[in-house]
Amino acid sequence: MLYLFYLLAAVSIIAAVVVVAARSPINSVIALVVCFLSIAGHYVLLNAQFLAMVHVIVYTGAILVLMLFVIMLLNMNATVEQRKPLAVRLMAVVTGGMMLLVLLAATRQGLALPAPEAFNPGIGLVRNIGMSLFQDFLVPFEVSSVLFLSAMAGAMMLAKKDGTEDVNLPPSSEPRDKAA
Amino acid sequence: MDNVITAIRVVPLEHYFFLSFLLFSIGMAGALLRRNIIIVIMCLELMLNSVNLLLVALSAFHGDPGGQVMVFFIMLVAAAEVTVGLAILVQLKRNADGVDINQLNRLKW
Repeated sequence: MLYLFYLLAAVSIIAAVVVVAARSPINSVIALVVCFLSIAGHYVLLNAQFLAMVHVIVYTGAILVLMLFVIMLLNMNATVEQRKPLAVRLMAVVTGGMMLLVLLAATRQGLALPAPEAFNPGIGLVRNIGMSLFQDFLVPFEVSSVLFLSAMAGAMMLAKKDGTEDVNLPPSSEPRDKAA
Repeated sequence: MDNVITAIRVVPLEHYFFLSFLLFSIGMAGALLRRNIIIVIMCLELMLNSVNLLLVALSAFHGDPGGQVMVFFIMLVAAAEVTVGLAILVQLKRNADGVDINQLNRLKW
């Protein structure tokens, strides 16, 4: 069973690297779908059944499909993304590595590991999460519905087309494919 | 069912820490590395998910459902964030004719 964890971990790490490294945004989204599905596999392995379902439905079902739609509708594959200078890219990778180092160093000592008897794999079941959600966290749950409503209204307002005003940003430096 | 429950104990908690840190670092490096806005948004999602994974693992190992409810709320906020972010992206593509973050230097000064 430990090998299943290693397999899922390898899949999620490789997919995450592909998300960052892929040239085309479509390939990045596909890799992100694979990464999120493997994270859902981790949730199943942790017996968090409710979150595994919500994760698959919300992330791979809604968010990534939305991203795929935006990429395809805006025809982003037609334009080739220019790369940052080599020094900046190198610094980005070094920064990520140092972040990893700092996080590992911070948790290496003084990590308050829970007692083994506290381990309870049954809490991820729908029944227990639902009890917790609707008893202890009822007010945040209702507030989040207001957040969703405002996000929906905001997205509609932002994406609405009105030709009256034009943000005069400097033109893109990337070569555009007029034929596409 | 019992199979699954015994299986979770096999994986040490430190492994989840390491995996989550690795995913977070990859996401952060990607957000700094790329110039396409939609890929930067995807890297943000990757970072949020690494935090979610660690929260779920800690919640299971502590025996506390609060961590998993927290992950549920993080997912809700991420969904709202992506909706608004993609709306801004569409508007940017329409008005500024590109999704390159180097164009968006107006807010710097």
